[in-house]
Amino acid sequence: MNLNYTLIGQIIFFAVFVLFCMKYVWPPIMAAMQEREKKISDGLAAADRASKDLELAQQKADEELKEAKTKAADLIEQANKRASQIVDEAKETAKTEGDRLLNAAQAEIEQEKNRVREELRAEVSAVALAGAEKILGAEIDASKHSALLDQLASEI
Amino acid sequence: MAGENPTTTEYIQHHLTNLTYGKLPAGYERYDGTVLEADTWTMAHGSAEASAMGFNAFHVDSLAWSFGLGVIFCALFALVAKSVTSGVPGRLQNFVEIIVEFIDNNVKDMFHGRNPLVAPLALTIFVWVFLMNLMDLVPVDVVPSLMMALGVEYHKIVPSTDPNITLGMAVAVFILMLYYSIKIKGLGGFVKELTMHPFNHWLFIPVNLFMELVGLLAKPFSLGLRLFGNMYAGEMIFILIAVMYSAGLFFGLFGGFLQLGWAIFHILVITLQAFIFMVLTVVYLSMAHEDH
Repeated sequence: MNLNYTLIGQIIFFAVFVLFCMKYVWPPIMAAMQEREKKISDGLAAADRASKDLELAQQKADEELKEAKTKAADLIEQANKRASQIVDEAKETAKTEGDRLLNAAQAEIEQEKNRVREELRAEVSAVALAGAEKILGAEIDASKHSALLDQLASEI
Repeated sequence: MAGENPTTTEYIQHHLTNLTYGKLPAGYERYDGTVLEADTWTMAHGSAEASAMGFNAFHVDSLAWSFGLGVIFCALFALVAKSVTSGVPGRLQNFVEIIVEFIDNNVKDMFHGRNPLVAPLALTIFVWVFLMNLMDLVPVDVVPSLMMALGVEYHKIVPSTDPNITLGMAVAVFILMLYYSIKIKGLGGFVKELTMHPFNHWLFIPVNLFMELVGLLAKPFSLGLRLFGNMYAGEMIFILIAVMYSAGLFFGLFGGFLQLGWAIFHILVITLQAFIFMVLTVVYLSMAHEDH
Protein backbone atom coordinates (compact mmCIF):
# COMPACT_ATOMS: atom_id res chain seq x y z
CA MET A 1 0.00 0.00 0.00
CA ASN A 2 1.87 3.03 -1.26
CA LEU A 3 0.38 6.30 -0.22
CA ASN A 4 1.63 9.11 -2.41
CA TYR A 5 0.69 12.25 -4.28
CA THR A 6 -2.17 10.34 -5.88
CA LEU A 7 -4.09 10.96 -2.68
CA ILE A 8 -3.68 14.70 -2.97
CA GLY A 9 -4.51 14.60 -6.67
CA GLN A 10 -7.68 12.73 -5.89
CA ILE A 11 -8.65 15.34 -3.26
CA ILE A 12 -8.25 18.05 -5.89
CA PHE A 13 -10.27 16.12 -8.49
CA PHE A 14 -12.91 15.47 -5.88
CA ALA A 15 -13.20 19.15 -5.03
CA VAL A 16 -13.36 20.10 -8.70
CA PHE A 17 -16.09 17.60 -9.54
CA VAL A 18 -18.14 18.37 -6.44
CA LEU A 19 -17.97 22.11 -7.13
CA PHE A 20 -18.86 21.55 -10.78
CA CYS A 21 -21.80 19.38 -9.80
CA MET A 22 -22.93 21.89 -7.19
CA LYS A 23 -22.76 24.77 -9.63
CA TYR A 24 -23.82 23.44 -13.00
CA VAL A 25 -25.56 20.10 -12.48
CA TRP A 26 -27.63 20.00 -9.34
CA PRO A 27 -29.47 23.36 -9.39
CA PRO A 28 -30.91 23.24 -12.94
CA ILE A 29 -32.00 19.61 -12.67
CA MET A 30 -33.52 20.17 -9.25
CA ALA A 31 -35.26 23.34 -10.42
CA ALA A 32 -36.73 21.54 -13.41
CA MET A 33 -37.93 18.68 -11.25
CA GLN A 34 -39.52 21.01 -8.73
CA GLU A 35 -41.13 23.00 -11.52
CA ARG A 36 -42.57 19.81 -12.98
CA GLU A 37 -43.80 18.77 -9.55
CA LYS A 38 -45.54 22.12 -9.23
CA LYS A 39 -46.97 21.84 -12.71
CA ILE A 40 -48.36 18.41 -11.95
CA SER A 41 -49.85 19.45 -8.64
CA ASP A 42 -51.34 22.54 -10.29
CA GLY A 43 -52.73 20.36 -13.05
CA LEU A 44 -54.26 17.98 -10.54
CA ALA A 45 -55.78 20.86 -8.61
CA ALA A 46 -57.16 22.31 -11.84
CA ALA A 47 -58.61 18.93 -12.76
CA ASP A 48 -60.22 18.72 -9.33
CA ARG A 49 -61.64 22.18 -9.73
CA ALA A 50 -62.87 21.39 -13.21
CA SER A 51 -64.63 18.24 -12.09
CA LYS A 52 -66.23 20.16 -9.24
CA ASP A 53 -67.28 22.85 -11.70
CA LEU A 54 -68.67 20.19 -13.98
CA GLU A 55 -70.66 18.73 -11.13
CA LEU A 56 -72.01 22.14 -10.25
CA ALA A 57 -72.90 22.85 -13.86
CA GLN A 58 -74.61 19.48 -14.11
CA GLN A 59 -76.58 20.27 -11.01
CA LYS A 60 -77.53 23.67 -12.35
CA ALA A 61 -78.51 22.19 -15.67
CA ASP A 62 -80.64 19.60 -13.91
CA GLU A 63 -82.32 22.29 -11.89
CA GLU A 64 -82.95 24.42 -14.93
CA LEU A 65 -84.28 21.46 -16.83
CA LYS A 66 -86.66 20.65 -14.00
CA GLU A 67 -87.77 24.26 -13.84
CA ALA A 68 -88.32 24.35 -17.56
CA LYS A 69 -90.33 21.17 -17.37
CA THR A 70 -92.61 22.53 -14.65
CA LYS A 71 -92.92 25.77 -16.60
CA ALA A 72 -93.86 23.87 -19.71
CA ALA A 73 -96.37 21.79 -17.78
CA ASP A 74 -97.85 24.98 -16.33
CA LEU A 75 -98.08 26.52 -19.76
CA ILE A 76 -99.78 23.46 -21.17
CA GLU A 77 -102.22 23.41 -18.29
CA GLN A 78 -102.89 27.08 -18.75
CA ALA A 79 -103.38 26.61 -22.45
CA ASN A 80 -105.76 23.73 -21.83
CA LYS A 81 -107.68 25.81 -19.38
CA ARG A 82 -107.78 28.70 -21.78
CA ALA A 83 -108.88 26.44 -24.56
CA SER A 84 -111.74 24.98 -22.54
CA GLN A 85 -112.60 28.48 -21.44
CA ILE A 86 -112.73 29.60 -25.05
CA VAL A 87 -114.84 26.62 -25.95
CA ASP A 88 -117.15 27.39 -23.04
CA GLU A 89 -117.32 31.01 -24.04
CA ALA A 90 -118.06 30.04 -27.61
CA LYS A 91 -120.75 27.70 -26.42
CA GLU A 92 -122.18 30.44 -24.30
CA THR A 93 -122.23 32.98 -27.13
CA ALA A 94 -123.66 30.42 -29.47
CA LYS A 95 -126.39 29.67 -26.99
CA THR A 96 -127.23 33.31 -26.36
CA GLU A 97 -127.11 33.99 -30.04
CA GLY A 98 -129.38 31.05 -30.68
CA ASP A 99 -131.73 32.24 -27.97
CA ARG A 100 -131.70 35.70 -29.35
CA LEU A 101 -132.42 34.46 -32.84
CA LEU A 102 -135.14 32.20 -31.48
CA ASN A 103 -136.68 35.08 -29.54
CA ALA A 104 -136.51 37.34 -32.58
CA ALA A 105 -138.17 34.68 -34.70
CA GLN A 106 -140.79 34.12 -32.09
CA ALA A 107 -141.40 37.86 -31.85
CA GLU A 108 -141.70 38.07 -35.56
CA ILE A 109 -144.08 35.17 -35.61
CA GLU A 110 -146.09 36.86 -32.89
CA GLN A 111 -146.07 40.07 -34.79
CA GLU A 112 -147.17 38.30 -37.97
CA LYS A 113 -149.84 36.49 -36.05
CA ASN A 114 -151.12 39.76 -34.66
CA ARG A 115 -151.03 41.35 -38.05
CA VAL A 116 -152.86 38.47 -39.62
CA ARG A 117 -155.30 38.52 -36.77
CA GLU A 118 -155.87 42.25 -37.34
CA GLU A 119 -156.35 41.67 -40.99
CA LEU A 120 -158.66 38.80 -40.33
CA ARG A 121 -160.54 40.89 -37.82
CA ALA A 122 -160.91 43.66 -40.40
CA GLU A 123 -162.00 41.24 -42.98
CA VAL A 124 -164.35 39.49 -40.62
CA SER A 125 -165.88 42.79 -39.64
CA ALA A 126 -166.28 43.60 -43.32
CA VAL A 127 -167.78 40.19 -43.97
CA ALA A 128 -169.99 40.56 -40.91
CA LEU A 129 -171.05 43.96 -42.08
CA ALA A 130 -171.84 42.69 -45.52
CA GLY A 131 -173.71 39.77 -44.00
CA ALA A 132 -175.67 42.00 -41.69
CA GLU A 133 -176.45 44.31 -44.57
CA LYS A 134 -177.78 41.47 -46.51
CA ILE A 135 -179.74 40.19 -43.62
CA LEU A 136 -181.22 43.51 -42.67
CA GLY A 137 -181.63 44.62 -46.25
CA ALA A 138 -180.71 47.97 -45.31
CA GLU A 139 -177.74 49.87 -45.56
CA ILE A 140 -175.76 50.21 -42.52
CA ASP A 141 -173.92 53.31 -42.37
CA ALA A 142 -170.46 52.20 -41.78
CA SER A 143 -169.50 55.41 -40.22
CA LYS A 144 -172.49 55.36 -37.91
CA HIS A 145 -171.93 51.95 -36.78
CA SER A 146 -168.28 51.90 -36.81
CA ALA A 147 -168.08 51.77 -33.05
CA LEU A 148 -170.26 48.78 -33.02
CA LEU A 149 -168.29 47.22 -35.75
CA ASP A 150 -165.01 47.81 -34.03
CA GLN A 151 -166.36 46.25 -30.88
CA LEU A 152 -167.49 43.31 -32.86
CA ALA A 153 -164.22 42.97 -34.63
CA SER A 154 -162.25 43.07 -31.41
CA GLU A 155 -164.47 40.37 -29.97
CA ILE A 156 -163.69 38.01 -32.78
CA MET B 1 7.54 -9.09 -18.53
CA ALA B 2 5.95 -8.67 -21.93
CA GLY B 3 6.45 -11.57 -24.27
CA GLU B 4 7.41 -14.15 -21.64
CA ASN B 5 5.04 -16.49 -19.87
CA PRO B 6 4.79 -15.12 -16.36
CA THR B 7 4.41 -17.33 -13.31
CA THR B 8 1.19 -17.08 -11.36
CA THR B 9 2.81 -14.90 -8.73
CA GLU B 10 4.24 -12.59 -11.31
CA TYR B 11 0.92 -12.43 -13.09
CA ILE B 12 -0.92 -11.44 -9.92
CA GLN B 13 1.74 -8.95 -8.92
CA HIS B 14 1.67 -7.45 -12.36
CA HIS B 15 -2.05 -6.94 -12.09
CA LEU B 16 -1.71 -5.30 -8.71
CA THR B 17 0.98 -2.81 -9.67
CA ASN B 18 0.01 0.71 -10.57
CA LEU B 19 1.53 2.65 -13.38
CA THR B 20 3.70 4.91 -11.26
CA TYR B 21 5.48 8.10 -12.13
CA GLY B 22 7.70 9.40 -9.36
CA LYS B 23 11.03 10.58 -8.08
CA LEU B 24 13.78 8.06 -7.52
CA PRO B 25 16.44 9.20 -5.06
CA ALA B 26 20.06 9.65 -6.05
CA GLY B 27 22.16 6.51 -5.74
CA TYR B 28 19.25 4.16 -6.44
CA GLU B 29 20.11 1.14 -8.53
CA ARG B 30 17.46 0.76 -11.20
CA TYR B 31 16.04 -2.47 -12.62
CA ASP B 32 18.57 -2.53 -15.44
CA GLY B 33 21.52 -2.05 -13.12
CA THR B 34 22.14 1.66 -13.78
CA VAL B 35 22.77 3.74 -10.72
CA LEU B 36 21.16 7.16 -10.58
CA GLU B 37 23.48 10.09 -10.05
CA ALA B 38 20.79 12.57 -9.07
CA ASP B 39 17.13 12.56 -8.05
CA THR B 40 15.16 11.60 -11.12
CA TRP B 41 11.46 11.82 -12.01
CA THR B 42 10.68 8.75 -14.07
CA MET B 43 8.22 5.92 -14.68
CA ALA B 44 8.70 3.10 -12.21
CA HIS B 45 9.60 -0.36 -13.46
CA GLY B 46 8.14 -2.83 -11.04
CA SER B 47 6.83 -2.52 -7.55
CA ALA B 48 10.27 -2.30 -5.97
CA GLU B 49 11.00 0.94 -7.76
CA ALA B 50 7.51 2.21 -7.04
CA SER B 51 7.93 1.68 -3.32
CA ALA B 52 11.39 3.24 -3.44
CA MET B 53 9.73 6.41 -4.70
CA GLY B 54 7.84 6.71 -1.44
CA PHE B 55 5.44 9.60 -1.27
CA ASN B 56 6.96 11.38 -4.26
CA ALA B 57 4.95 9.50 -6.84
CA PHE B 58 1.75 9.56 -8.82
CA HIS B 59 -0.32 6.58 -9.79
CA VAL B 60 -0.89 7.74 -13.33
CA ASP B 61 -3.44 5.06 -14.16
CA SER B 62 -5.56 5.63 -11.05
CA LEU B 63 -5.53 9.37 -11.51
CA ALA B 64 -6.28 9.18 -15.21
CA TRP B 65 -9.18 6.75 -14.83
CA SER B 66 -10.53 8.56 -11.82
CA PHE B 67 -10.37 11.90 -13.63
CA GLY B 68 -11.75 10.46 -16.85
CA LEU B 69 -14.69 8.84 -15.09
CA GLY B 70 -15.35 12.04 -13.19
CA VAL B 71 -15.37 13.92 -16.46
CA ILE B 72 -17.79 11.39 -17.92
CA PHE B 73 -20.06 11.90 -14.93
CA CYS B 74 -19.89 15.68 -15.15
CA ALA B 75 -20.30 15.75 -18.92
CA LEU B 76 -23.30 13.43 -18.87
CA PHE B 77 -25.07 15.26 -16.09
CA ALA B 78 -24.14 18.70 -17.36
CA LEU B 79 -25.46 17.74 -20.78
CA VAL B 80 -28.79 16.91 -19.20
CA ALA B 81 -28.69 19.94 -16.93
CA LYS B 82 -28.10 22.20 -19.92
CA SER B 83 -31.15 21.05 -21.86
CA VAL B 84 -33.26 20.14 -18.86
CA THR B 85 -36.97 20.66 -19.28
CA SER B 86 -39.78 20.68 -16.80
CA GLY B 87 -42.04 19.27 -19.50
CA VAL B 88 -41.91 15.70 -20.70
CA PRO B 89 -38.34 14.51 -20.12
CA GLY B 90 -36.37 12.52 -22.67
CA ARG B 91 -34.83 9.15 -21.94
CA LEU B 92 -31.48 10.48 -20.78
CA GLN B 93 -33.08 13.15 -18.64
CA ASN B 94 -35.38 10.55 -17.15
CA PHE B 95 -32.42 8.38 -16.25
CA VAL B 96 -30.53 11.27 -14.70
CA GLU B 97 -33.60 12.43 -12.84
CA ILE B 98 -34.12 8.99 -11.32
CA ILE B 99 -30.61 9.14 -9.88
CA VAL B 100 -30.95 12.75 -8.75
CA GLU B 101 -34.27 12.05 -7.09
CA PHE B 102 -32.90 8.93 -5.40
CA ILE B 103 -29.98 10.94 -3.98
CA ASP B 104 -32.22 13.83 -3.03
CA ASN B 105 -34.59 11.56 -1.10
CA ASN B 106 -31.73 9.88 0.71
CA VAL B 107 -30.13 13.18 1.63
CA LYS B 108 -33.46 14.58 2.81
CA ASP B 109 -33.93 11.54 5.04
CA MET B 110 -30.50 11.74 6.63
CA PHE B 111 -29.48 15.35 6.55
CA HIS B 112 -31.76 17.83 8.26
CA GLY B 113 -29.72 20.99 8.11
CA ARG B 114 -29.71 23.44 5.25
CA ASN B 115 -26.57 23.12 3.19
CA PRO B 116 -26.58 23.37 -0.61
CA LEU B 117 -23.32 21.45 -0.78
CA VAL B 118 -24.47 18.14 0.68
CA ALA B 119 -26.82 16.89 -2.02
CA PRO B 120 -24.52 17.63 -4.99
CA LEU B 121 -21.67 16.15 -2.97
CA ALA B 122 -23.68 12.99 -2.40
CA LEU B 123 -24.60 12.82 -6.09
CA THR B 124 -21.00 13.23 -7.16
CA ILE B 125 -19.77 10.60 -4.72
CA PHE B 126 -22.45 8.09 -5.63
CA VAL B 127 -22.09 8.31 -9.39
CA TRP B 128 -18.35 8.78 -9.46
CA VAL B 129 -17.60 5.95 -7.05
CA PHE B 130 -20.07 3.77 -8.90
CA LEU B 131 -18.31 4.45 -12.21
CA MET B 132 -14.91 3.77 -10.65
CA ASN B 133 -16.20 0.53 -9.18
CA LEU B 134 -17.81 -0.35 -12.49
CA MET B 135 -14.34 -0.66 -14.03
CA ASP B 136 -14.05 -3.79 -11.91
CA LEU B 137 -16.47 -5.55 -14.25
CA VAL B 138 -14.21 -5.08 -17.24
CA PRO B 139 -12.35 -8.40 -17.61
CA VAL B 140 -9.06 -8.01 -15.79
CA ASP B 141 -6.79 -8.72 -18.75
CA VAL B 142 -8.42 -6.60 -21.43
CA VAL B 143 -7.11 -3.13 -20.72
CA PRO B 144 -3.71 -4.19 -19.30
CA SER B 145 -2.93 -6.30 -22.37
CA LEU B 146 -4.14 -3.51 -24.62
CA MET B 147 -1.91 -1.05 -22.82
CA MET B 148 0.93 -3.58 -22.91
CA ALA B 149 0.57 -3.66 -26.69
CA LEU B 150 0.83 0.12 -26.64
CA GLY B 151 3.98 -0.13 -24.58
CA VAL B 152 2.60 0.76 -21.18
CA GLU B 153 3.88 -1.81 -18.78
CA TYR B 154 1.49 -1.59 -15.86
CA HIS B 155 -2.11 -0.62 -15.77
CA LYS B 156 -4.80 -0.85 -13.11
CA ILE B 157 -8.11 0.38 -14.38
CA VAL B 158 -10.13 0.28 -11.15
CA PRO B 159 -9.27 3.48 -9.30
CA SER B 160 -11.19 2.39 -6.21
CA THR B 161 -8.76 -0.51 -5.70
CA ASP B 162 -6.12 2.13 -5.07
CA PRO B 163 -6.09 3.22 -1.41
CA ASN B 164 -4.86 6.63 -2.51
CA ILE B 165 -8.07 7.24 -4.35
CA THR B 166 -10.48 6.02 -1.68
CA LEU B 167 -8.54 7.61 1.17
CA GLY B 168 -8.23 10.79 -0.89
CA MET B 169 -11.98 11.07 -1.05
CA ALA B 170 -12.30 10.09 2.60
CA VAL B 171 -9.82 12.79 3.57
CA ALA B 172 -11.75 15.33 1.52
CA VAL B 173 -14.90 14.31 3.39
CA PHE B 174 -12.97 14.54 6.65
CA ILE B 175 -11.88 18.09 5.83
CA LEU B 176 -15.51 19.00 5.16
CA MET B 177 -16.50 17.39 8.46
CA LEU B 178 -13.95 19.45 10.38
CA TYR B 179 -14.90 22.60 8.48
CA TYR B 180 -18.61 22.30 9.20
CA SER B 181 -18.05 21.14 12.79
CA ILE B 182 -16.13 24.31 13.49
CA LYS B 183 -18.43 26.50 11.39
CA ILE B 184 -21.65 25.30 13.02
CA LYS B 185 -20.55 24.62 16.59
CA GLY B 186 -17.77 27.15 16.78
CA LEU B 187 -14.24 26.20 17.66
CA GLY B 188 -15.17 26.16 21.36
CA GLY B 189 -18.18 23.96 20.77
CA PHE B 190 -16.16 21.54 18.71
CA VAL B 191 -13.39 21.33 21.29
CA LYS B 192 -15.99 20.88 23.99
CA GLU B 193 -17.54 18.05 22.05
CA LEU B 194 -14.13 16.39 21.85
CA THR B 195 -13.25 16.87 25.51
CA MET B 196 -16.49 16.78 27.50
CA HIS B 197 -18.07 13.69 25.94
CA PRO B 198 -18.97 11.07 26.96
CA PHE B 199 -17.93 11.89 30.56
CA ASN B 200 -18.87 15.42 31.43
CA HIS B 201 -16.19 16.12 34.06
CA TRP B 202 -12.90 17.95 33.77
CA LEU B 203 -11.03 15.01 35.31
CA PHE B 204 -11.99 12.89 32.32
CA ILE B 205 -10.77 15.33 29.69
CA PRO B 206 -7.78 13.19 28.61
CA VAL B 207 -9.91 10.05 28.43
CA ASN B 208 -12.63 11.86 26.52
CA LEU B 209 -10.17 13.46 24.17
CA PHE B 210 -8.55 10.12 23.41
CA MET B 211 -11.83 8.36 22.80
CA GLU B 212 -13.34 11.14 20.71
CA LEU B 213 -10.20 11.59 18.63
CA VAL B 214 -10.04 7.89 17.90
CA GLY B 215 -13.70 7.98 16.96
CA LEU B 216 -13.20 11.04 14.79
CA LEU B 217 -10.18 9.67 12.98
CA ALA B 218 -11.78 6.27 12.56
CA LYS B 219 -14.48 7.83 10.40
CA PRO B 220 -12.42 8.80 7.36
CA PHE B 221 -10.21 5.75 7.68
CA SER B 222 -13.09 3.32 7.83
CA LEU B 223 -14.79 5.22 5.03
CA GLY B 224 -11.82 5.00 2.71
CA LEU B 225 -10.59 1.57 3.67
CA ARG B 226 -14.03 -0.04 3.46
CA LEU B 227 -14.37 0.92 -0.19
CA PHE B 228 -10.76 0.03 -0.91
CA GLY B 229 -11.00 -3.31 0.87
CA ASN B 230 -14.18 -4.38 -0.88
CA MET B 231 -12.99 -3.39 -4.30
CA TYR B 232 -9.50 -4.78 -3.79
CA ALA B 233 -10.88 -8.10 -2.64
CA GLY B 234 -13.29 -8.23 -5.56
CA GLU B 235 -10.53 -7.41 -8.02
CA MET B 236 -8.31 -10.02 -6.40
CA ILE B 237 -10.91 -12.70 -6.91
CA PHE B 238 -11.30 -11.69 -10.56
CA ILE B 239 -7.52 -11.99 -10.95
CA LEU B 240 -7.48 -15.40 -9.26
CA ILE B 241 -10.27 -16.58 -11.51
CA ALA B 242 -8.34 -15.26 -14.49
CA VAL B 243 -5.36 -17.37 -13.38
CA MET B 244 -7.50 -20.48 -13.94
CA TYR B 245 -7.69 -19.75 -17.66
CA SER B 246 -4.10 -20.91 -18.08
CA ALA B 247 -4.79 -24.21 -16.30
CA GLY B 248 -6.33 -26.20 -19.12
CA LEU B 249 -9.71 -26.46 -20.80
CA PHE B 250 -11.65 -27.80 -17.82
CA PHE B 251 -10.42 -25.17 -15.40
CA GLY B 252 -10.75 -22.54 -18.07
CA LEU B 253 -14.44 -23.30 -18.59
CA PHE B 254 -14.99 -23.55 -14.86
CA GLY B 255 -13.24 -20.21 -14.46
CA GLY B 256 -15.51 -18.71 -17.10
CA PHE B 257 -18.59 -19.70 -15.14
CA LEU B 258 -17.02 -18.44 -11.92
CA GLN B 259 -16.17 -15.15 -13.51
CA LEU B 260 -19.68 -14.71 -14.84
CA GLY B 261 -21.17 -15.54 -11.44
CA TRP B 262 -18.79 -13.30 -9.55
CA ALA B 263 -19.34 -10.46 -12.01
CA ILE B 264 -23.11 -10.70 -11.59
CA PHE B 265 -22.72 -10.73 -7.84
CA HIS B 266 -20.25 -7.89 -8.09
CA ILE B 267 -22.83 -5.63 -9.76
CA LEU B 268 -24.54 -5.66 -6.39
CA VAL B 269 -21.32 -5.05 -4.50
CA ILE B 270 -20.16 -2.08 -6.55
CA THR B 271 -23.54 -0.38 -6.30
CA LEU B 272 -23.78 -1.12 -2.62
CA GLN B 273 -20.29 0.18 -1.89
CA ALA B 274 -20.95 3.39 -3.82
CA PHE B 275 -24.19 3.79 -1.91
CA ILE B 276 -22.54 3.11 1.45
CA PHE B 277 -19.80 5.62 0.75
CA MET B 278 -22.41 8.22 -0.10
CA VAL B 279 -24.64 7.46 2.87
CA LEU B 280 -21.78 7.54 5.35
CA THR B 281 -20.55 10.83 3.93
CA VAL B 282 -23.98 12.36 4.38
CA VAL B 283 -24.30 10.90 7.87
CA TYR B 284 -20.89 12.20 8.94
CA LEU B 285 -21.68 15.65 7.59
CA SER B 286 -25.03 15.53 9.28
CA MET B 287 -23.28 14.74 12.59
CA ALA B 288 -20.94 17.64 11.98
CA HIS B 289 -23.96 19.91 11.58
CA GLU B 290 -25.62 18.79 14.81
CA ASP B 291 -25.36 21.45 17.46
CA HIS B 292 -25.71 20.14 21.00
